[in-house]
Order: sequence, then structure tokens, then C-alpha cells
Amino acid sequence: MAEDKPRDFINNLPKIYGMYTGGFIVFIIIMAILEQMGVGADTIGILFVAFTVFIYAAIGWLSRTMNVGAYYVAGREVPPVFNGMATAADWMSGASFVALAGGIYFGGHGYLAFVVGWTGGYVLVNSLMAPYLRKFGCYTVPDFIGTRYGGNLARFVAVIILFVASFTYVTAQINASGTIAARALHIPFEFGVWFGLLGILLCSMLGGMRAVTWTQVAQYIVLIIAYLVPVIWMSNVQGFGIIPHFGYGEAVQRIAELEAQWNVGMAATADPGVGGVRVLTTLHNDPAGGMASWKFFTLALCMMTGTASLPHILMRYFTTPSVRDARKSVSWSLFFIFLLYFTAPALATLTKLQILDPNLATGIIGDSIAEVQSLAWVQNWADVGFLAVADGNGDGILQVNEFFMRPDIVVLATPEIAGLPYVISGLVAAGGMAAAMSTADGLLLAIANALSHDLYYKIIDPNADTRKRLIVARVLLIGIGILAALVASLRLTGILGAVAWAFDFAASGLFFPLVLGVWWKRANRAGAVAGMICGFLAGSLYLYYIRFAGGAEWFGIDHLRFAIIGMPVSLVAMVVVSLATEPPPKEIQDMVDEVRDPTGRAILDKTH
Amino acid sequence: MADNTSKSPAVQQAREAHWSRTRNLTIVVLAIWAIFALIVHLFAGGLNQISFIGFPLGYYLAVQGSLAIFVILIFVHNKMQDRIDDEAGLEG
Repeated sequence: MAEDKPRDFINNLPKIYGMYTGGFIVFIIIMAILEQMGVGADTIGILFVAFTVFIYAAIGWLSRTMNVGAYYVAGREVPPVFNGMATAADWMSGASFVALAGGIYFGGHGYLAFVVGWTGGYVLVNSLMAPYLRKFGCYTVPDFIGTRYGGNLARFVAVIILFVASFTYVTAQINASGTIAARALHIPFEFGVWFGLLGILLCSMLGGMRAVTWTQVAQYIVLIIAYLVPVIWMSNVQGFGIIPHFGYGEAVQRIAELEAQWNVGMAATADPGVGGVRVLTTLHNDPAGGMASWKFFTLALCMMTGTASLPHILMRYFTTPSVRDARKSVSWSLFFIFLLYFTAPALATLTKLQILDPNLATGIIGDSIAEVQSLAWVQNWADVGFLAVADGNGDGILQVNEFFMRPDIVVLATPEIAGLPYVISGLVAAGGMAAAMSTADGLLLAIANALSHDLYYKIIDPNADTRKRLIVARVLLIGIGILAALVASLRLTGILGAVAWAFDFAASGLFFPLVLGVWWKRANRAGAVAGMICGFLAGSLYLYYIRFAGGAEWFGIDHLRFAIIGMPVSLVAMVVVSLATEPPPKEIQDMVDEVRDPTGRAILDKTH
Repeated sequence: MADNTSKSPAVQQAREAHWSRTRNLTIVVLAIWAIFALIVHLFAGGLNQISFIGFPLGYYLAVQGSLAIFVILIFVHNKMQDRIDDEAGLEG
């Protein structure tokens, strides 16, 4: 990755990452052999996490740069397939990896709105945003807002919204990386958070976007192997088919029978004695219609528009060589994301079947409590407070409302429930770490770049030289990282609430100003500022009103979907104010024409 | 700023034709998106009465069907957009 031979490096990418993947598989085999030779489970877990984090840090070190273009947009030389992998890792957070399958397990059909929303959003990214932003040639998302609408106020407001949306998200990721590091390395959570942050900063600080790009590709490879191998292996061991994805329809129907048999839906009657665990009360596949349909619709819509407005995703498409490559890399992004997202429901369904079905060896509901409590995996996870068994009705038999677990366990404990070797659990820990780190990296960089490029360079000190800009960018990166880790170590919110909020903040404030910047020439500065401020404030105030001020929800719009309030306000404010004020000047309208033309130089080429 | 002052009327015209085709394609894509991302899931209960490769159809769409359609939709959209760009002489 030397500065003087970038072409060689780009041409050799398939070979380099092919060797990397092969090396990782060899590492897994060595771990499996060590396990057979009697090396303890703890040691294997430590080796998995430490080895992979070391590799990412090494890639970060090799990608160090003092070039502004390389630091902000990876030199705009990332081929589409690799940018697709990097975006997939950027996108799939610790929550997607660890909590998605558990969410489906407990949330039933309503939760699938997340699955649909977090994939369907890419259709919006591809058709409305990515190619045009790439043609624009900006370094950051506020860079687009600031240049398209003109003026420091629009740029500044965009930076604020970006900061709020990304910061809520990044604390959740650092929290997740801390949790995984703490469990795998057997250190307290507070140390785990700082260990996670150290790894994250090593990946991004020296090489900015270039380093993050190449570590994210490496992290995608680890996380997808770590997600697919246990599920496919479990499916083979348990006789659900070689590839489980297409054949679990019967399992869905069998679960419906078992739910009737076990009376799923009864609330828990006993106290589990630990926090964060719950019993299964929602039916697996029961789209109730009416309010439930409305909730599905609104949640999917918020997650999709949020996807298309989150700066850490959009900025990945600034790194491709051309507009056409930007589009191509969106299609690859969604393909790589799809691989994980269509596996999660299969995992949730098969895990549930294994627990509920008395005809399977793994089934525990209906067994005697003493028998269940003597199972190794039940003991292991009960020891760390992820699972609890409490005989509510005192009959000595385990009912479905007497079995408590944390949603995360569906992914983390799959290998053990199915009786797979410990090496698979170590692999899963490495995958979760990769997912949390890659997303945290993208988010931290999005925040630090917006502050250093838009706030410092464009607004405060436009005469700063390259060296000074890059030093400021790095100081901000470390500062934001430390701030996020401090907040994460306070453990203020559960992982998933905060993740959905980030999407709602971004959709409320940025969705329409970004879309209309390309698609409506008449949109002007006053309109964009009004759209950003009104949408963001309306969404935030509504969130405050229902979540913290004890207000009643309007039409079932809860804290996960507050963009349903923010977005229409943003749209109306933007259109009304734009029409009430002067049209944008001729050169801005010409700029919009230029953005729509996929050929020619980027708009901002000369000004950077 | 790029050199947009020097665009000849012919280029302007090609751009306008290109943009109207691009916009129409985008509208079609967004319509398909709206159907599979939002509309079909409102009818999941009814669709579940239909069986599709062993799955209740409403459930299948939410866990796989819609997702696969999104992937295909983006690939096809980009192919068609590439053709529009090429025919306008604006290959990106």
C-alpha cells in the first residue's frame, strides 16, 4: 500500500483479499486443532478477538496517509465490489450481527419491518442519492448541502444534524464492541469499551477513509463467515438441510402448531432474578392487521429514509472512481448485506424450533426444570446472566413463560445449543467484534470529517494548509471517540433503541434537503435551512414529548418511528419557504443540471 | 465549478432528454419499491393463506421475497440507467 504504487495495489485487490480469506480460514482450522488438543475455550476466544483486531490495526497502519484526498475519500479509487463489501461492514452494526436474529425471535412479524427497512433503503440510496452525490464530488454530506444551497448556515445546520444522528449511533457501537471484548477477553466492561475504542482508532486515525475502507473489507469477510458458518453447520447437524434458507417454511408452520400447544402469549409469572431477560410472548408469524400493519409500514418507512440520509453510508459512495461505479457499488452493497439479512430470520426460526419442539433432542419446553438446569449451555449462559429458568407455577415442568433469555443469545448461543465445538463460538465473537468496530469506524470518521472539513476548514479557517487540516481531523477523531466511549461506559440506553433513533434523526433533518437538492431545482437556501431545522426539531421534540415528558403517542407513533412526525414537517417547511422566497441563482441551477449529467468532472474538483 | 457556461444548445438538449428518461425510470423503480417495501406487508395476513415453497407467502415476502426483489431491482435499474447514459452519449 505504498504511496507510489497505488495502481498495483488496486489491481491486486482480489489476490490480496483472497489470501487474507484463506489465511483466516487456516486460522480457524488451527484454532479447531488447538481445541482438540485440549486448549481451553477461554484461550480460543481471546485468540480469535485479539488476532482479528491485530490484523485490522495492521491494515490501518499500512494505509496511513498525509494526502487530503486519500484521507477524506480514499483517493476515489475503490472498485465497486470492494466498496460494496466495505459499505456492508459499515452498515451492519453490532446490533445487526448480535441482536437482529434475537429481535426476530422475540418480536415476530412486527420486527421484520427492520429487516425490510434496512435493505429496502438501498433502493432509495441508489435511485435518489448516491450517483448524484458522487458526481458532486463532495468530501462530506454537509459539503453537498453547503455548496448546493450556499452559505455557512445551511452547512452548519447539516453538521449539527449529522452529529446528533451519528453520535447516538456510535455510542451504541462502542458499547457493543466493549461488551464483546469484555466477554471474550475476560475483562470488565469499562476496560472492554476502551480496548474497543483503541482498536477502532487504530483502524481509522492514520489513514482516514482509505484505512477505514480497507479494514472494513477485511471486517466484512470475517463477519459474514462468522454469521453463515454457524447457521449452516447447525442446520446440517440438526437435519434442517444443507442450506437452511429455502427450506424452513415447514419450521414456520410447525412453530405455529407448537405455539398453540404451549400457549405462547402468557406473560411471565415468576421473577427471573436478573435484568434484561424476557420470555417469548409474541407469535412467530402473526401479522395482526390494523394497527400492527400501520406500525410495520411506519417503521419500515423510517428505516428506509433514514438509510438514505445517514452520512456514514452516503460518504462511502464518494470513494468510487466514477458515477457509474458509485451506482454499481450500491448494488453490490445490498447484495452483501442481503447475505446476512436473509440468514437472520432462518436462524431465529430454527433456534426457536429447537427450543420449542419436544420431538427434537434440543427441545426443552415441557421437560422437567431439573433436567433443563443440568444442560451445559443453559448453565453457561445462566452464569453470565443471559438466561434464567424460574418455575412460576411450581409444577417442576418448564413452561414457555418460565424460560427467560436475552435476545442477543440467539446468535451467541446457537453453536452451543446445537452442540457445535467451541471454536465456532470464538468465531462468532470475532464476527460481532468486526461488525461493531467497522460501523463505529465509519460513524466516527463521518463525524470527525464533518467537523474538520465543514466546520474547521470551510467555516473557521479556509486558509489552513493540508498538514494542519489533517492534524485537526485526527485530533477531532480521537476526541469524539473518547467522548463516545465515555458516554457508552455510562450505559444510558439499550443498543437497539439508540440505533433506530439515529435513523429517525437523519431522516427528519436530512432526507428532504438531500433529495430535493438534486430533484428540485427551485429548492433554495432558505427552504433547505427551514426544512432541516423544522424537521429535526419537530422529530426531536416529539421524541422528547413521548419518551421523557410522559406524553401520549399520536396514532401509535412511538419513539422508534418519530421521523413520521419529522419528515412531513421538513418537506412542508422546505417547499413553502422555498416558494415564498427567491429562486436560487442561475449558477446554482446550472450546477444542478451538471449534477444530473453523469459525465464530466466533479463539481467540486477545483475548490478542494 | 465545471465549465457549464460553454454548453452548446445541442448538449443542453441531450441533457434534457437524458434527464427526462432518467426521471421516468426512477419513478418506475420507486413505484416497484413502494409495492414491495411497504404495500404488500399491509396485506401479510391475507397473503399468509397462500403457500409459497412451503412458506406462508406474507411471511416469505418479509424475510426473503422483498429483499431479493430489492437486490434484483437495483441491479436491473443500474443496467437500464447505464443504457440511458450510453444512448445520450453520457457514459459515466
